[in-house]
Amino acid sequence: MAVDLESLLLEDETPAHASGYRDHPPRMGFFTDTSVCIGCKACEVACKEWNQVPEDGLNFTGMSYDNTGGLGADTWRHVAFIEQRRRVAHQVSGEEVQDDGGSLRWLMSSDVCKHCTHAACLDVCPTGALMRTEFGTVVVQEDICNGCGYCIPACPYGVIDQRQGDGRAWKCTLCYDRISIGVEPACAKACPTDSIQFGELDELHHRADQRLAQLHAAGVSDARLYGRDEGDGVGGDGAFFLLLDEPEVYGLPPDPVVTTRDLPEMWVRVGAAALGIVSVIATSFIGRRP
Amino acid sequence: MSQNEVTRDGLEHTAPGREATVGVNTGAGEDVARPRKGRRGGEQPMVPEAQFSSYYDKAIINSPVWEAPDIPGYLFLGGLAGASSVLAAGAQLTSRPALARAAKLAATGAVSLSFAALVHDLGRPARFANMLRTFKPTSPMSVGSWLLSAYAPAAMVASLSAATGRARRLGNLATAGAAAVGPLVATYTAALITNTAVPSWHDGYREMPFVFAASAMSAAAGVGLIAAPSEEVAPLRRLGAASGAAEVALTKVMEKRMGLVGEAYELGKARRYGRLALGLTSLGAAGAALCGHRRWLAQLSGAALVAGSALERFAIFESGFVSAEDPKYTVVPQRMRRAARTAG
Ligand code: SF4
Ligand code: SF4
Ligand code: SF4
Repeated sequence: MAVDLESLLLEDETPAHASGYRDHPPRMGFFTDTSVCIGCKACEVACKEWNQVPEDGLNFTGMSYDNTGGLGADTWRHVAFIEQRRRVAHQVSGEEVQDDGGSLRWLMSSDVCKHCTHAACLDVCPTGALMRTEFGTVVVQEDICNGCGYCIPACPYGVIDQRQGDGRAWKCTLCYDRISIGVEPACAKACPTDSIQFGELDELHHRADQRLAQLHAAGVSDARLYGRDEGDGVGGDGAFFLLLDEPEVYGLPPDPVVTTRDLPEMWVRVGAAALGIVSVIATSFIGRRP
Repeated sequence: MSQNEVTRDGLEHTAPGREATVGVNTGAGEDVARPRKGRRGGEQPMVPEAQFSSYYDKAIINSPVWEAPDIPGYLFLGGLAGASSVLAAGAQLTSRPALARAAKLAATGAVSLSFAALVHDLGRPARFANMLRTFKPTSPMSVGSWLLSAYAPAAMVASLSAATGRARRLGNLATAGAAAVGPLVATYTAALITNTAVPSWHDGYREMPFVFAASAMSAAAGVGLIAAPSEEVAPLRRLGAASGAAEVALTKVMEKRMGLVGEAYELGKARRYGRLALGLTSLGAAGAALCGHRRWLAQLSGAALVAGSALERFAIFESGFVSAEDPKYTVVPQRMRRAARTAG
């Protein structure tokens, strides 16, 4: 049986449909507009409470108001704090004028699993523990995961991780339990500024485009959408962002690509190398017997 | 969330909520936003392509949770087993019984150990059987689990038959079967590690299968050189010399072609293991070529080839952690790729 890897990996349809759902609800996702985030971390707390995510270390990083550090098995929402000696476009931030004439600005951004259209974690999971839901989101089934750890280095965003003492992989479920009964995810519900907006992905795209135009018109020329482009290396994100600086400033990869995009060529080369073993060893047996 | 006050005269203090425009000068402070002479406005990205900003130097991707010696050991043992099975078939076809027997036993020992290492590295070892819940060509680990479950029994039957001298016909069949699947067992692990976001693994995906193939053959030749009697080692001498040389050369090509990411092979443990691997494999290959009928030299060369092959896998494994932990190796190549795309 010839398996058409290309079409398995890069099918041009909704992720839920590609995964075999024939009658499914619209794709749901997040638009996280970081320009209105106030860094209150209500999302981090709400996520932990609702999903009963264990404590992730009572650390003091000493680097900023961010003592969480980054996403992991026990951190499914993470608010990044960036301090820059720059202003947001023409904004003057009160007393914070620096000697060099620049003012101090804070960028805050609530990071989360991207629920990729082409999700590397899901592709590489050997047990099928990671699955696509009818909403097009990506979820780990904790009763199946055997802790092989393959999904962890496969994720181009550094989202999913192994829980210490548990052995299995954990990440944001996009509150599968909540959205299944029509309730918005805990993090979005708790967000006081609507920085985290939950909804149908199509509508969120539309809203984000409008917001971007609004900010550009206001002179915030650095504003950009991240993960919005369905032509990017992961086929677009189910959870996408409006950022005010380069992605890497927020700890996000600037041009992520799903690793399985290169897998067909990898398999061809694995096969060629295997044939190489057979032919080299066969050749070494050719020759005069002593 | 509502910020508005409802009064008798209608809404007051209406706040713009998520429509709030940031970045507009409201006149609340001294306007120092005028572009300054000789400087660009603050909103311009000031980072040249070769440099980059990071989030407090934190890694972008999460480092693998795979551990040494389990996983590098698994890469090495899988290679040794797979190539040994081919060697065993070749030896049997050319009537070299001692070599055939040794290679079969090596294959069985290696695959058993590698299986143990794999299960031991699982977060939930008791759930190993879930690996065979499904077959996913998009997951090299799934493909590998199926390959191993076809290969391991064949290798075991082949070596049992060789060791006891019983069930010859079944033994021959198993020998052939193990030789057919063995090469894939040896090389699929290249897809396993390159099919990740780890820069120094993924970026080597074009060469890695061939590096692994060469390394697998030199390990198998090495074990053969140690175990086989002098009158049967001629093929191993050719194989050891050729595959050792190929392993060294292909590794260099792979590291070179990775560009900036190749640096990860020159740091920390990856560098130490890599240097040792290079030295031992070179010595082993030279020794195999020149040992003639001196059995002690053949055995010494064989040992060097085996150790070199193992250290090579440890070097590759460790480089992955170097390249995963420093955001530079993720960000800079991606920025360059993006810049090339927007330019072209
Ligand atoms: S962001 Fe990572 S963990 Fe989330 S769906 Fe994409 S690949 Fe999977
Ligand atoms: S750790 Fe669990 S979820 Fe991740 S790839 Fe392995 S089985 Fe799948
Ligand atoms: S959607 Fe649910 S699981 Fe995901 S970050 Fe928000 S609260 Fe946590």
